Amino acid sequence: MTFVLLVEQVLNGLQFGVMLFLMAAGLTLIFGVMGLINLAHGSLYMVGAFAAATVAGATGSFLLALAASLGAAALAGALVELTVIRRLYGRDHLDQVLATFALILIFSEGTRWLFGSFPLYLDIPPALSGPVALPFGIDYPRYRLALIGIGLAVAAALFLLISRTRLGIQIRAGEEDREMIAALGVDISKLYTLVFALGAALAGLAGALIGAIQSVQVGMGEPVLILAFVVIVIGGIGSIRGALVGAILVGLTDTLGRALLPVLFGLVMEPAAAMSAGASLASMAIYILMAAVLILRPRGLFGRA
Amino acid sequence: MKMKSLIAAAALAALAGTAQAEVKVGMITTLSGGGAGLGLDVRDGFLLALKQSGRDDIEMIIEDDQQKPDVAVQIADRMIQAEDVDVLTGIIWSNLAMAVVPGAVAQGKFYLSPNAGPSALAGKGCHPNYFNVAWQNDNLHEAAGAYANSAGYTNSFILAPNYPAGQDALTGYKRFYEGELSGELYTKLGQTDYAAEIAQIRASGADSVFFFLPGGMGISFLKQYADSGVDIPLIGPAFSFDQGILQAVGDAALGVVNTSQWAKDLDNPTNAAFVESFAAEYGRLPSLYASQGFDTANLMISALEKADVSDVEGFRAALKAADFASTRGDFAFGPNNHPIQNIYVREVIKEGDIYTNRTIGVAIENHADAYAAECGM
Repeated sequence: MTFVLLVEQVLNGLQFGVMLFLMAAGLTLIFGVMGLINLAHGSLYMVGAFAAATVAGATGSFLLALAASLGAAALAGALVELTVIRRLYGRDHLDQVLATFALILIFSEGTRWLFGSFPLYLDIPPALSGPVALPFGIDYPRYRLALIGIGLAVAAALFLLISRTRLGIQIRAGEEDREMIAALGVDISKLYTLVFALGAALAGLAGALIGAIQSVQVGMGEPVLILAFVVIVIGGIGSIRGALVGAILVGLTDTLGRALLPVLFGLVMEPAAAMSAGASLASMAIYILMAAVLILRPRGLFGRA
Repeated sequence: MKMKSLIAAAALAALAGTAQAEVKVGMITTLSGGGAGLGLDVRDGFLLALKQSGRDDIEMIIEDDQQKPDVAVQIADRMIQAEDVDVLTGIIWSNLAMAVVPGAVAQGKFYLSPNAGPSALAGKGCHPNYFNVAWQNDNLHEAAGAYANSAGYTNSFILAPNYPAGQDALTGYKRFYEGELSGELYTKLGQTDYAAEIAQIRASGADSVFFFLPGGMGISFLKQYADSGVDIPLIGPAFSFDQGILQAVGDAALGVVNTSQWAKDLDNPTNAAFVESFAAEYGRLPSLYASQGFDTANLMISALEKADVSDVEGFRAALKAADFASTRGDFAFGPNNHPIQNIYVREVIKEGDIYTNRTIGVAIENHADAYAAECGM
């Protein structure tokens, strides 16, 4: 394992982490403010990717595609909040899980009905394709660097939104005491729709950005959803800062685990056995991380007691 | 989700409704979720062959297994016990085949596999009523290994997901490949980000990369590989380069060499007619999965011409004779009821706006699988 390879893997982990943050931020906001477990968050990620692929296919513009992903996911989120989610706030978590799981099925089959069963095409914009030369002789894909930049910019914007704006104050107040801010005259149902649409838009953006380097297909959101849940459990439910730290921890653990564990096992084992043991342990690494965090801090790194 | 469609082949012919269905075929395949494209192609290929045969005595019962072994087993039980089907077919995934096939053939049903070919069912677990019309799982990977030798590669980096078919893939490649390995990686099943693996490939100094990453995994890998600027040649089995996937990969797949038992441009009259009629019927080009569904149905029809399905011995012998015109040209069954066939080398090209494959040679001729000797049938 050379230094260059290690730096490259750290960048990969960081990139994976900031994209997870986009998913986890919405999830944790929705849980924090409304107390809702939203399993359909992965479907909004898929909606974003499909919207982007459609618009990119029709217009050829990646920027328009990103705008479409934000718009389509926010719209889908707002619609779902108004029609379904709204009825679930007073229910217990099991009912929410059941209803939002049903939403996953509806979104998946609806998307198949509209777009068919074959994956769609969405490519990196030409301006961002290919590798870029970094110091120390590292060749790194330009698009992944851009992803890191966009992710961190969104994180910064989200912090400003939460800490500096009127909406942010209402969100924070909503997390503290839902009934009280409603009593103080804040239109709580409008706030809920807004927060849900914001979370959905972030998921849709992540779907479009990631869709360009992965496969835009039905069911693409569910694996990411599981990771996003791991992130918010590690970070502390309801905390945006926790989501950022948790996402980067998970991204680094997963990437470095995949890269380093087989090599480490190779020091003490046969190559073939080291490879399969290392690969197996690497796929468990983030769950081991989650278990360790929960043992030390049962409410997550930034969770409130 | 649970889509139950009863498609009487009779309805397709002019005699709809009058003839009594004499053969019941249960198709369990994946029609929802991320793997639905494969099941759709198998189903459409199969139905096309039925339609072209003009037979009105074959009743199809098609159900979606959702790519879940437990669902597949439930459907199979219902088809066998309540619907009393004669022939089962359709399963795409090896883990589902392992869950369904042994029970079905033990209950006296015929199973014709249009896709999955796990080694356990080719070796010790072989059965006289189980016929594989596609390939044994290792075959295309073995051909990739043989191709790597002939292309002069001596230092391959190989990777596959960490599950039984992935391990079979790397084993199959290594069975024929004679050079050194610069690296061997197992990735997580369903993994979509390959940045860490591509960085290792870049650092490995390999002269070729063999990868088996079916479905969305392959799309992700190819796009990320092309964007990484690593230019070590890729070799893979056809699963990452079939017609349904290539359009989603785009330019990133151009020029990649892959191995397949079938190709759109194989020069035989059956194949030319199949490609043309499939495109006319469904408005898209067929994939290798569609060709397998088509061949499976034609094998079954050829056996029905010779023997009644209730005549178990006769029907079995008629299947074994494989007396049908395959889209692959020559086709025969080995002693374990798995195909003996040519495996071809294809290259991804662009025809107009469509990405597709062109045959550039034969990787292995008349190739049988490595497990036939273990079959005590």
